[in-house]
Amino acid sequence: MANIDRVTESILEKIDSGGFRQEGAFNLRYNGYSLCHGSTEHITIKSKADRQGIDVYISRETKGEEIHIPVVVSASGITDEVYNDFYIEEGAQVVIVAGCGIHNSGCDDSRHDGIHTFHVGRNANVRYEEKHYGEGEGAGSRILNPVTKIIMEEASVFTLDTAQIKGVDSTRRETEVTMGKDAKLFVVEKLMTHDSQSAVSNMDIHLNGMGCSARIVSRSVARGHSSQIFHPRAIGNALCHAHIQCDSIIMDHARVCSIPEIDAKHVDAAIIHEAAIGRINSEQLVKLNTFGLSEEAAEAVIIENFLN
Amino acid sequence: MLEVKNLVFHPLENGLEKSIIEDVSFTVERGETLVITGPNGGGKSTVARLLMGIETPDSGQILLEGKDITDLSIAQRANSGIGFAFQQPPRFKGMTVKRLLSLAAGYEMEENKCCDYLSGVGLCAREYLDREVDNTLSGGEMKRLEIATVLARRHKVCIFDEPEAGIDLWSFSMLVDQFERLHEDKRESLVIISHQEKIMEMADRIMVIRDGRVEALGPREEVLPELTGGSKSCGCINAKLRQ
Repeated sequence: MANIDRVTESILEKIDSGGFRQEGAFNLRYNGYSLCHGSTEHITIKSKADRQGIDVYISRETKGEEIHIPVVVSASGITDEVYNDFYIEEGAQVVIVAGCGIHNSGCDDSRHDGIHTFHVGRNANVRYEEKHYGEGEGAGSRILNPVTKIIMEEASVFTLDTAQIKGVDSTRRETEVTMGKDAKLFVVEKLMTHDSQSAVSNMDIHLNGMGCSARIVSRSVARGHSSQIFHPRAIGNALCHAHIQCDSIIMDHARVCSIPEIDAKHVDAAIIHEAAIGRINSEQLVKLNTFGLSEEAAEAVIIENFLN
Repeated sequence: MLEVKNLVFHPLENGLEKSIIEDVSFTVERGETLVITGPNGGGKSTVARLLMGIETPDSGQILLEGKDITDLSIAQRANSGIGFAFQQPPRFKGMTVKRLLSLAAGYEMEENKCCDYLSGVGLCAREYLDREVDNTLSGGEMKRLEIATVLARRHKVCIFDEPEAGIDLWSFSMLVDQFERLHEDKRESLVIISHQEKIMEMADRIMVIRDGRVEALGPREEVLPELTGGSKSCGCINAKLRQ
């Protein structure tokens, strides 16, 4: 078993709440290289030969196994670009826990760009969790620019659960999903920015197959002088259903910009978008005050639950 | 227990004075149930909000067990032992029923205990614990949950602002049972704003507020017959009050 230092361990606790263990199918990427990895009978993880990253093969026999592939950047001044490809065979059921934590106590920027591509076979069911987190007192920025491509075959189900907890100075997230017949997509995106952080999230969902459906829920809190821009796009090319819901709490001097785009190219495409931005509801604060919570405590409870 | 002296409140709403409170004084004894009633817009809810500190009076004094609480914040009053059930409780996205009850109680409440409080207000407990307190709950469910949050903690004085509003008849009788139990225990003083005769019948004393002033205050036996038109009880108290 590979030795994992203290800083890395504490970051792993933040980004992999289920607990990272060096068993089952796993890969720990540390400061730009694979520190340890393992495969199982049904899941094979291979390092790429031509560039940074891994190929993950998930066989049809996989039923409910978890894959843990966290990334930790603890050195200042690193730019890590990595390509991970997932091949999920027909009928497989799998949970993939990814996530990236940056500890930057230096004055140079630390950056991780994870480019993930998922090839989801017929009837496969994938749950993909990704937590982003930054820490460290250095003046160097903590930057995360994830790109996620998901190609869904007939009747597959994909759940994308992403959360940016705190401490990420700049993020630009690009997500592109292509959906086949009867495929089902669930996206939950949670984001908190503070100080002068900025976050951009662009998401394109191509609903191409007859009977496919997508449900996207985005919740965010912007505090300090931070700024957030959301641009979810649902493109209905067939009989399909899509529902996009963006809810943001704005505080202090922050900025939140929500740009919904729904684009129907088929008479049976039913697409709905809801977006709301507002400050913390004063009635909620008063209600929690009547439980004996101070203003600050009440505010913290509201945000914690909103992003829960 | 609770002493309210000469409360005056002249808030401005769109430049106009509304919900005026003019020299309101009353007391609530230990274990007593005081029902506040009166026509809509007369100032009942405003009095309740002044007691909880949600509104600040222009003048007057509020004492809890002899201690002046007029300048205390809502949270400080809550921690001194005042509980409050809102007429229209707010909803919380992402907050579970279990979490809300735990916050109300001030400790992490175990599931069985949560269930006790929920069934006490007529909510079928288990299926509610992990539900979110958002707009998937109906108005009636929100109201019942609101009452449960107040019952989840021991208070010296509990204020209920129209607890019956928006709940169905069946839940209403459960609610009355709850109040009766609390009243029998005599451990908490209750201030209930209500138009319901059934609730007034539980009162030790009844106070009628009209146009921001105390119009009547006395034992139930004296005030209730006045409101309901002598021995005939019609239940239509608002109509009587409008006269």
